[in-house]
Amino acid sequence: MRLNIIYIICIMLNFDILYAKSFNEDPNKIFKNLRCLICQGQSVADSNSDFAKTIKLVVEDKIKEGKTEKEIYKFLAEKYGDWIVYKPKFNFTNSVLWIFPYLALVLGGVFIFFLFKKRGNR
Amino acid sequence: MLSNLGNTILFINIFLGFVIIYLSFQNIKSKNYVINKNVYQLCLLQSTFIIVSFLILITAFVISDFSLISVYQNSHSLKPLFYKISGSWGNHEGSLLLWVIILTIFSFLFLLLNKDHPHNYRAYTLISQNILIIGFLSFTLFNSNPFSSISPIPKEGLGLNPILQDPALAIHPPLLYIGFVGSSIYFSAAIASMLTNYSGRLFARSIKNWVLISWFFQTVGILAGSIWAYYELGWGGFWFWDPVENASLLPWFAMTALIHSLIVLEKRSVFYFWVIILCILTFVLSVTGTFLVRSGILNSVHSFANDPSRGIYILIFLSLLIFVSVFILFRKFKTINYDLNVNSRETFILINNWFMIFYLVTVLLGTVYPIFTEVLINQKVSVGPPFYNTVIIPVVVIFLIFMSVGPKVKWIKDKFRNLNVLFKILLFSILINLLIVYVFKSYSLISNFIIISSIFLIISSLIDLYKNSKNRDGSKSRILSHLSFGFLVFFIGLNHNFSYEKDFNLKLGEKKFFDNYSLEFKDLQLEEFQNYKSVIGEFKIHNTNRNLEKFLYPEIRIYENPSTLTYEASIRTGLFKDYYLTMSNIDRSDYYNIKFQKKPFMMMIWISVIFVSLGGLIRVFKNAKKNY
Amino acid sequence: MQKKIIEIIVFFLIIFFIGVFFIGLNKSSIYDTNNLAGQKLTNINLKHFSENKLISEKDLKEKNFTLINFWASWCAPCREEHPFLLKLKEQKNIKLIGVNFKDNKNNALNFIKNFGDPYDDIARDEFGKQSVNFGIYGIPESILINKELIIIKKFIGPLSNEDFNFIKRKVNQL
Repeated sequence: MRLNIIYIICIMLNFDILYAKSFNEDPNKIFKNLRCLICQGQSVADSNSDFAKTIKLVVEDKIKEGKTEKEIYKFLAEKYGDWIVYKPKFNFTNSVLWIFPYLALVLGGVFIFFLFKKRGNR
Repeated sequence: MLSNLGNTILFINIFLGFVIIYLSFQNIKSKNYVINKNVYQLCLLQSTFIIVSFLILITAFVISDFSLISVYQNSHSLKPLFYKISGSWGNHEGSLLLWVIILTIFSFLFLLLNKDHPHNYRAYTLISQNILIIGFLSFTLFNSNPFSSISPIPKEGLGLNPILQDPALAIHPPLLYIGFVGSSIYFSAAIASMLTNYSGRLFARSIKNWVLISWFFQTVGILAGSIWAYYELGWGGFWFWDPVENASLLPWFAMTALIHSLIVLEKRSVFYFWVIILCILTFVLSVTGTFLVRSGILNSVHSFANDPSRGIYILIFLSLLIFVSVFILFRKFKTINYDLNVNSRETFILINNWFMIFYLVTVLLGTVYPIFTEVLINQKVSVGPPFYNTVIIPVVVIFLIFMSVGPKVKWIKDKFRNLNVLFKILLFSILINLLIVYVFKSYSLISNFIIISSIFLIISSLIDLYKNSKNRDGSKSRILSHLSFGFLVFFIGLNHNFSYEKDFNLKLGEKKFFDNYSLEFKDLQLEEFQNYKSVIGEFKIHNTNRNLEKFLYPEIRIYENPSTLTYEASIRTGLFKDYYLTMSNIDRSDYYNIKFQKKPFMMMIWISVIFVSLGGLIRVFKNAKKNY
Repeated sequence: MQKKIIEIIVFFLIIFFIGVFFIGLNKSSIYDTNNLAGQKLTNINLKHFSENKLISEKDLKEKNFTLINFWASWCAPCREEHPFLLKLKEQKNIKLIGVNFKDNKNNALNFIKNFGDPYDDIARDEFGKQSVNFGIYGIPESILINKELIIIKKFIGPLSNEDFNFIKRKVNQL
C-alpha cells in the first residue's frame, strides 16, 4: 500500500517537470550568464554600460532567430573569448574544475568510511 | 599633528607587542603559575592605544583634515557626518586599522577571560597573537598607513564613492571583521595548545565561545553585505558568487565545521587534531580572502583600488603563517586511537564537516581557478553563478536530510527506531511541495528536491522543538539555528522560482499592461541634495487581480565628487514580497528603460539568517551563565 | 614513513599555490581580446554608409590586406589615431574600411570633412549590433585581416606609432 502511494507521488512529481519546459529561451537568464567585458565583475543583466546594452540587443535578435541558449553562448565565446560566459566550458582543462569538488566529496566519504571500519570491529 | 600622533601610537603598539612577547617567554621559562601583572597591564595599554588611534582617524575624517592622504582620497567636506565616520574604515588603509584593533582587543580579552586555563598555554597564545599584531601593524605603518600625510594640504577631498554611502555597508566591515579577524585568537590558541600539549575537552572549552562569537559576527556580517547588495546594486539579487563574497563565505564554512567538531571534542575528547586543523584553516582562509580582495589579483565589483605591493606583503605574511602552523602541526601530530560507533551523533557531526569541506573546496576552487588558468596556460576563464549553483545545490538536498536526522541520533550509540517517523515526515514534505506546485507554479526537478528537503528539515526541527520544550537540555539554540536554516533554504528556493521580472521602455505619461499588473509612468522630478542631484521617477504599479496600488520612486543620481552616475532601485518591502523597480535613461531618447521585478520572501530570507545567527548567540550566553 | 610522504606532498602543494598567486599578482586583470587572432571572420553584413548596398565578404577580399577600423564622431581617441589612418591610405596592399559605430549621420560626415577621409569604404552600424560579429567591445578598435579573412591582429584602443609600423611591415612583407 505504502509503495503504491510512493509510485503515485513520483508520477505526479514528473508532471510538473513537463510543464516547466519553455519553448523560447529566456533572455534574462542568458543576460545573467554573460559578463560585461568593460565592467568590474558585473553581468550583462546588471550592467547599464554601452557594451551591455549592445549585447542585450544582439542576444534578443538571436533568440528571435530561434537560436538556443547554448548556440548563443558558443557564438559570443567565439567572438570574445571564453571569459564572457560565466559557466566554464566543459573541456579537458576545465574538467578539473567541475570534477574535483565531487572527487573531494567522494574521497572524504571514503576517508570517513575507513575511519569507522578500523574502529567498528568491536 | 593628527598624522604624527597616529603614527606614534602605531609605533608604540609595535614596541608593546615585542615587550609582551618577551615577558610572556620569560613567564613560560620561569614556570610561574600566574601570569605577571605587568603583562595584563601592557595588553590593556595596547588595546587602549589602538582604540585611541582609531578615534584619531575618525576625528580626522569628521573635521575633514585633508593633510592625511586617506582623508583626502576618501572623503569630502560635503559628505554627511555619518558617512564621514564610516568612511574612515571604508577604505583599504582604515580597514587595516580595524583589523589591528580586533587582533589587539581579542588578545587582551582572551588573556583576561581564560584564567582557569594553564598559564603557559595562555602565554603562548599571547605570543602568537602578538606576532600577528606586529605583522599587521608593520604592514599598516610601512605600506598602507592611514596616517600618512600629504603636503601641500589639498583644499578639498576626492570624495567617497557614492555606492559606499549606505548604512548596511557602513556596518558591514566592523561586523565581518569581528568574524574573520576574530578567528585569529583561536588560531593562536591552537598553536599554543599544540606547543603546550593542552588538548581535549578543556581546550575545547577554552575556545568554544570565541568560535561561536566570531561565527555569529561572520554570519551577520555576510547578511549585512547581502542586504547592501540587494538594496544598493540595483539588480535585485543578493548573492552573486563574486570573489569578494566568496572570500567571506570560505571562513564561514570552516567556522561552522569547527563549531560542530568542538561539540564532539568537548563531549567525547576526540577529533582534537581535526579541530586544530580547522582553527588554522579558518584564519588562513581569512588572510587568503584578504589577499584575494586587496591585491587586485581578481576582478570584482567590490574590489578595493589596486596596488601590487600590498599583494606581495600579504602573500609573504600568508606564506609564513601557513608554513609555521603546518610545520608545528606535523611535528606535534600523533595518531590517537578512539572508539567510534557509526550509529552515533559523532558520525553526523563528522558528516556535517564532510559537507562543509565540500562547500569550502567548491567555492575556493571556483574562486581561484581563473588565477591558475591564467598563470599556467595563459587563458582567461570565468567562473560564475552557473558553476556554483550547478555543483552545490544538488548536494544541499542531501545535506538538509542529514541535518534533520543527525540531532535525533544519540551520542555514542543509537538504534534506528526513528525510521518510521522520518518516513512520515518525508511523505508530508512531499505533499506540501505538491500543494505549492499545484496552487502556484511548477518548477524544475532540482527545485522540487530543495523544497522537499528544506520542508523536511523544518518539520523535523519543529518536532524537536516540541519534544524539547518539555525538558531543559539546552539544545534550543541548536534547534533554532537548524530550523532557521531550513527556512532559509526554503525561502531562497521559493524566491528563486517565483521571482518575476519584466523589462521594457516607457515614456513619461505612458501606461503599460502586462500579466496581472499595470505600470504607469506618472512623474519625473529633478531634485538637489547635499552632495548629489537626483532624477526621480514616480511610477504607479497596480495589481489588477487584487486591486492594490503601490508607488515606486526609482532614481538616477548624479554625483560630482567623483563624477558618477548611480541607479537607485525603488523597493517596496513587504513581509511576503518585494516590488523592485529600476529606471535608466536611454541615450538620445525620451524613453526610459524600466526593469520591474517582483521578489517574494526577501524579508523572510533576511529574518531566517538573523535567527540562524541568534542560535549561536543564545548558546554563547548559555555557556557564559554556566561558567559564571 | 607515510607521515613523511604526506608532509612532503603538503609542502609542495603549499609552495605551488603560493607560487601561482605570486605570479598571478603580476598579471594584469584587465581583459582584452588580443589573443583571438587567427580566427576567420564570418557573418559580414555591413550596411554601406551612404549608398543603399551591403559591404560583404567580396569587398574585404579585394586587396591582400584589409584594416577594418571602428570609429565614431563622439570618440576622442579616434581623433588621435586618425593621422595614422590617413598615412595608411597611401599603402598599396591594404584596403581601409571604416565602420561608423552608434553615431549620428551628420556628425559622422562632419568628422570626415574636418579630419579627412582615409577610408576606401565606410559602413554604418547604427546600433552596434553588427560590430559584435567582429568581437568589438569598445571604440576605437581596428582589425587587420588577410585575403582569407583571417584576423592577423586586433588593435584595442587608438592605433599607436608602433601599431602603424607593424601594419606597414606586414603589408609590405610579400
